[in-house]
Amino acid sequence: MSAGTLYDKVWDLHRVAQLPGGSTQLFIGLHLIHEVTSPQAFAALKDLGLPVRLPERTVATVDHIVPTTSQARPFADPLAEEMLATLERNCSDYGILLHGLGSGRQGIVHVIAPELGLTQPGMTIACGDSHTSTHGAFGAIAFGIGTSQVRDVLASQSLSMGKLKVRRIWVEGQLQTGVYAKDLVLHIIRVLGVKGGVGYAYEFAGPAIDALAMEERMTLCNMAIEGGARCGYVNPDAVTFAYLQGRPYVPISEAWERAVAWWRGLASGADAVFDDEVSFDAAAIAPTVTWGITPGQGIGVDEMVPTLEQTDPDERPLAQEAYRYMDLQPGTPIAGLAVDVCFIGSCTNGRLSDLQAAAAVAKGRHVAPGIKAFVVPGSEQVAAAAAAEGLDQLFKNAGFEWREPGCSMCLAMNPDRLEGRQISASSSNRNFKGRQGSASGRTLLMSPAMVAAAAIAGKVCDVRHMINTTP
Amino acid sequence: MTAAMTAPGFPLGPISAVSGRAIVIAGDDIDTDRIIPARFLKCVTFDGLGEKVFSDDRAELSGEHPFDRAELQGASVLVVNRNFGCGSSREHAPQALMRWGIRAVVGESFAEIFYGNCLALGIPCFTASHANVLSLQEELTAYPNQDLSLSLATATLKASRGQVWQLELQAGPRLMLESGQWDATSQLLAQDAELARTAASLPYINGF
Repeated sequence: MSAGTLYDKVWDLHRVAQLPGGSTQLFIGLHLIHEVTSPQAFAALKDLGLPVRLPERTVATVDHIVPTTSQARPFADPLAEEMLATLERNCSDYGILLHGLGSGRQGIVHVIAPELGLTQPGMTIACGDSHTSTHGAFGAIAFGIGTSQVRDVLASQSLSMGKLKVRRIWVEGQLQTGVYAKDLVLHIIRVLGVKGGVGYAYEFAGPAIDALAMEERMTLCNMAIEGGARCGYVNPDAVTFAYLQGRPYVPISEAWERAVAWWRGLASGADAVFDDEVSFDAAAIAPTVTWGITPGQGIGVDEMVPTLEQTDPDERPLAQEAYRYMDLQPGTPIAGLAVDVCFIGSCTNGRLSDLQAAAAVAKGRHVAPGIKAFVVPGSEQVAAAAAAEGLDQLFKNAGFEWREPGCSMCLAMNPDRLEGRQISASSSNRNFKGRQGSASGRTLLMSPAMVAAAAIAGKVCDVRHMINTTP
Repeated sequence: MTAAMTAPGFPLGPISAVSGRAIVIAGDDIDTDRIIPARFLKCVTFDGLGEKVFSDDRAELSGEHPFDRAELQGASVLVVNRNFGCGSSREHAPQALMRWGIRAVVGESFAEIFYGNCLALGIPCFTASHANVLSLQEELTAYPNQDLSLSLATATLKASRGQVWQLELQAGPRLMLESGQWDATSQLLAQDAELARTAASLPYINGF
């Protein structure tokens, strides 16, 4: 059993009671809501005649269903309009702060909470979205919940939870130029598998993690859930504190000093005990691309689609399903595979540094003929910061569309979607069958820089070759 | 007769057993996007999700998908393999299964959020070894018309042809289901003084 880890400390600080079924009642420090998983929770609350226990600990935004072309109200899609109107009404009825469209603070829930400083070390954070694991980048314990649990957090500011085991994922060395946190996490999931993390929280640590900027740590923790781990986290350090200082919801002056002291003390100690430990070498990781239908089916861009013989016997049925669905032959290179659509954005890779990395590739180049390429900033703040650097114009000059903030083509609950059997190069997080809105659409997950490179080349290619050469 | 089986009602109160025919969905890592594609999440109620369950998979198999086969209509048990329900946290997935008629799931393993979402709806998720699930799936594929009875107390599954499979059900969820306290809200509201104490002890609640 783990002991002395950040997970153990935060768990203990938030324990309210032991429940009759043996689970723990855990206080939730920050509850984030959006339009998709909250309406039924509010309806249940109304049915039960219950108030929201601590409305000031819940913050709302709208992200999944918003169009990224025109965000004028009412939306063209009446269902989308109804969902947003319902969220607005619920927030108004219960006194919950909503960062709505045009507020300057709207965006993907996992982008705005960190950039506003709502996300802080040592918190328990819940949201009706599995990518809530993102917030673990700050040393918070953050996890996705279902709608019944959204109702429970609204009603009681707490959840009935079982404690997870803790696996430390130690990453030695340094990522190569052109290799990003996205590649690192795709590689980790490739090795540990999409079910490897079930029952675990993942602690990411080691020299390569220490060297990651906050936005890269968010990308890493965002995809912990794709490895089966309900939450992933990085211990808070000077990088964390530098990111947080001065953000709207972060304490100032003496309270800041006290906060930093408290946050420092939460990090896993040198004598922490883990349930499991694994290690990786960052320098050995290449830009990674998924070829199949789960995020665990990834390979280095310079590798071949694995053959059945190279595949773990347990994973062979899934590999066969993936060959068929993706229409890929085992033993053939992934580099050179033609793509139709290139998407840069999402809660995984829709932050300023992601757009900067893609822009560095796109600068002075142009999207290949016939390719639809678009960039969707993760939030209104990201959009403004990118525009202030001229990235919007740079992308447009290179043939990319520049869109309004939202979840966009990550999950196809809005007008952005694949059609027919199109293949996308996507900076999002899931390559499941049908994920991007077409029942036969195909998704290749990769870093934003790799997506930009694919857009320029019209096919999967190694971004390291483009970074090292001038256009 | 348990409350769970009072068709067409949804699970209510103490649940000690589930009975009925079973649907087999074979394959590992079946994600919630497949159980209920995202386009059906554009709704403010869960009504109507039952008919959309596995929508894209069913369209692909044009009538031959287990959820469409005539002899499996009205089934109440779902038998799956490993890591079922991975991916999105959408409760729409178990809601769609429940609204179609599923009242219990048996599998090798489940994604955690999916498991918790099922529990919150009063749907027990039993686990069994790889070999046991495979033999169960083979038996049900060969003889799909069997009535099954699942006991929560013994975690056993009896098929009407006579075979019995030993399953596992976590002690906590079993207690919650058997006592009718699987819906956590009332339990969570019972300790408000302790909750206030916990909140007051947290520096970030009090401006550090």
